[in-house]
Amino acid sequence: MATDTPSAGEAAELALELRGITKIYGSLAANDAVDFDLRKGEIHALLGENGAGKSTLMNVVYGMARPDAGEIRIFGEPATIRSPRDAMAHGIGMVFQHFMLIPVMTVAENLVLGVSVGMQQRIEILRALDRGAGIIVLDEPTAVLTPQEAAELEGVLRRLRDEGTAIVFITHKLHEVLEVADRVTVLRRGKSVGTVPTEGASEASLARLMVGRDVVLQIDKPAAKPGPVALEVQDLHVFDDRHLEAVKGISLEVRRGEIVAIAGVDGNGQAELIDAITGLRHPESGHVVVDGRDITGCNPREARDAGVCHIAQDRHRRGLVLDFTIAENLALRDYGEGAKMGLLSPGRMLAKAKQLIEQFDIRGGTPDTPARSLSGGNQQKCVVAREIAGDPNVMIAAQPTRGLDVGAIEFVHRRLLAERDGGKAVLLFSLELEEVRALADRILVIYEGRIVAELPPTATDEQLGLLMTGGSAEAPAP
Amino acid sequence: MSTDATPAPGGAPAGPAGGGGATVGARLTETLREGGPLVPVITVLLAFLAGGVVVALTGHDPLATYKAVFEGSGLNWLLPWVTGEDRDVAATNLQQTLIITAPLILVSLAVGYAFRAGLFNIGGTGQYIAGSVIAVWIGSTMAGLPGWLHIVLAMVGATLAGAVWGGISGGLRATTGANEVITTIMLNYIARWVAIFLFGLGGPLQNSAQPDVPVSNDVVNDAKLPVFWGDPELQGLHIGIFVALAAAVVYWVLLNRSKKGFEARAVGFNPEAARYSGIAVGKTYFLVMATCGALAGLAGSLDVLGWQFRIATNDVQATELGFLGIAVALLGRNRAFGTCVAALLFGALLSGTSVRNLDPSVFPPELAQNLTRIIQGLVVLIVSADVLIAMVFKRVRRRREGAPVGAAPAEVTV
Repeated sequence: MATDTPSAGEAAELALELRGITKIYGSLAANDAVDFDLRKGEIHALLGENGAGKSTLMNVVYGMARPDAGEIRIFGEPATIRSPRDAMAHGIGMVFQHFMLIPVMTVAENLVLGVSVGMQQRIEILRALDRGAGIIVLDEPTAVLTPQEAAELEGVLRRLRDEGTAIVFITHKLHEVLEVADRVTVLRRGKSVGTVPTEGASEASLARLMVGRDVVLQIDKPAAKPGPVALEVQDLHVFDDRHLEAVKGISLEVRRGEIVAIAGVDGNGQAELIDAITGLRHPESGHVVVDGRDITGCNPREARDAGVCHIAQDRHRRGLVLDFTIAENLALRDYGEGAKMGLLSPGRMLAKAKQLIEQFDIRGGTPDTPARSLSGGNQQKCVVAREIAGDPNVMIAAQPTRGLDVGAIEFVHRRLLAERDGGKAVLLFSLELEEVRALADRILVIYEGRIVAELPPTATDEQLGLLMTGGSAEAPAP
Repeated sequence: MSTDATPAPGGAPAGPAGGGGATVGARLTETLREGGPLVPVITVLLAFLAGGVVVALTGHDPLATYKAVFEGSGLNWLLPWVTGEDRDVAATNLQQTLIITAPLILVSLAVGYAFRAGLFNIGGTGQYIAGSVIAVWIGSTMAGLPGWLHIVLAMVGATLAGAVWGGISGGLRATTGANEVITTIMLNYIARWVAIFLFGLGGPLQNSAQPDVPVSNDVVNDAKLPVFWGDPELQGLHIGIFVALAAAVVYWVLLNRSKKGFEARAVGFNPEAARYSGIAVGKTYFLVMATCGALAGLAGSLDVLGWQFRIATNDVQATELGFLGIAVALLGRNRAFGTCVAALLFGALLSGTSVRNLDPSVFPPELAQNLTRIIQGLVVLIVSADVLIAMVFKRVRRRREGAPVGAAPAEVTV
């Protein structure tokens, strides 16, 4: 726990200094006497699991939450920050996890703009700089970026740092901390457990600080025992919302007992392919066959009845009804079971919720707690629990660990592997190459609506990256 | 790790999680989601306060006026010390209040159920008229049927007519995406003018005995709702209030305990997630609007079979029940019990400010009716700005709790 306290000489160079910040919500101390300091010309990572208090701490800095105790100093001066406006006046700019720029517009406007997520982020950063921000706080900026976009962002941040900007980089991705940050402060359950320079730190050492125990970053995966084909996609053509062909003749097979990963840069037809398989979108032509049954063009409920479950990409927008309770969310697919004369069976729903909460280790609430108040990891556990509980034969998992912390990622990965070993066919869509390689038995690369290559999980980043961006498939084999 | 403390502290915009609804209905649903009875009570008090200021500006005494309105509503019947002749008068007034309350509960539930599904049903008026027309048509024909059968038939007919009227809007929303706000408003006009055509001079359903009066035939005696309190000859209280209360119970069960209600709530909160989980969103829109229409149509039959017994074209023109229902639903937070209480409040206001009940020496009844409208308008305004009240609340509370703690940093300073 090597806390490196700045000496008196350095103190003048501090851009932001937090002392004893405490913020209590109800009975929970989201921040418990947290100290944090940020030097000029430094990228300082704030690392912690979901719910560790990272966002709360930065909300305090940005005036969106008032601390119950503690002191904030900006460029050496004590500051009281009551609102984001105050924060801006003090030269603090914040780029939010789910950016504030675009969501105020409608989806349609978003489509018209066609602005990529990476571009939005750069606009946000520019906006912050334009307001004279000397301190920039980025809340999980890479959660929704492709590897390439993330690399670009890191380049931008380094340049800003070299020009003297002080940057706080909130994340729960260990490799990013090591790549981009100069120092890292680790939060665990609202408390700071230490600030260390990234030089000399390793992913394993950071993970231990973050979780408080040793974490298995790479799960041991027994060899797959593929059985008969469970999901078969034949020459599928699917149009997107703008009536452009997004899936251009994809054929693939997933056998029971194997995980097939679709790797690709976002927007290459993955969403439309998922929609067509799960009944959310009618394909133009082609077939979707589940266990020998043609389910092409069925509706989502029929797809589910045929044994297809779907961990949706965006748990807030699609996976969960945030205002429903945990029990209601867990029943979202099978609320009709046990219903008599159209009336629900609250007893059955409650019993099932209790069982799944226990089985999937969903923490932070009872069956009656609104899903909104759960942490991201526990929300995703709800989605995974609900989908797995339906005992599907085919699992479609779309970015199942997006925005999750290492502990939760480990959990989701283990569940997916357990499903595979239980004889389920798993089709995984992921932008994270690490995840693809860790889980997949076979990797299919999707580019512009076509499957351009099939690779074993031993494929390198370079091979995958090249194929994902439309490069030649004749990359040298390892 | 166990609980995430970050979501939206103090209403701060902490991400897209709110899924801010794209439609008016969805946004209102969101606004009305939280909070107990405190905010509606404050809303009412503020509205009455503002109404009182208006009364004072006209040179009358607000307190005396409200007292007179209270007595005019007959709610003083509930006070044990009101006795003798006063009590008889109060009873008559209370009967009038409850006669209005019954259909108001139903049209308000018709608005509330739509709100819960993320829809804004402004079509209560049209659905109510559709129900009234069928009720008066069935009630004034088919003489000779057994009374109870005749009544049930008229009520069922009215309910179905309302369901069709509401279902059109829901179906259009489901199939073409047409905004239900627009279609329900348009269907209000259509219902109104169809009714005026039917009962107007020379219209197909105009009174056969009085060719000069634009009015329907009378409901036959056997098809009139039984009066259980007061004099049937002097418009005593008919059993419609029980029908409305029963409907409120059904509404609660439907919303909170039924598959269809579960689907409606899921769609109301997050149509995208509902679709992903296999709920047919379009079908839900249709069913919800048809259900709303059914409730409003039933309301029409209560008035026709309970006390009006006929429909005049100027009644059709004047009915504002559907709009009043919006205010009641907003105030009652789309909940069964809350809506009943809010409907009683507005029923009492309407009845208490009516020309017949209000003592002209205290406040001119012609003005008093506008008082009802002022309060109605203010309620809608304030409830819609309910976020504002909630925000003010939070700020006050934070200041109160925050102040002593806020002074703490001095001790913590390094």
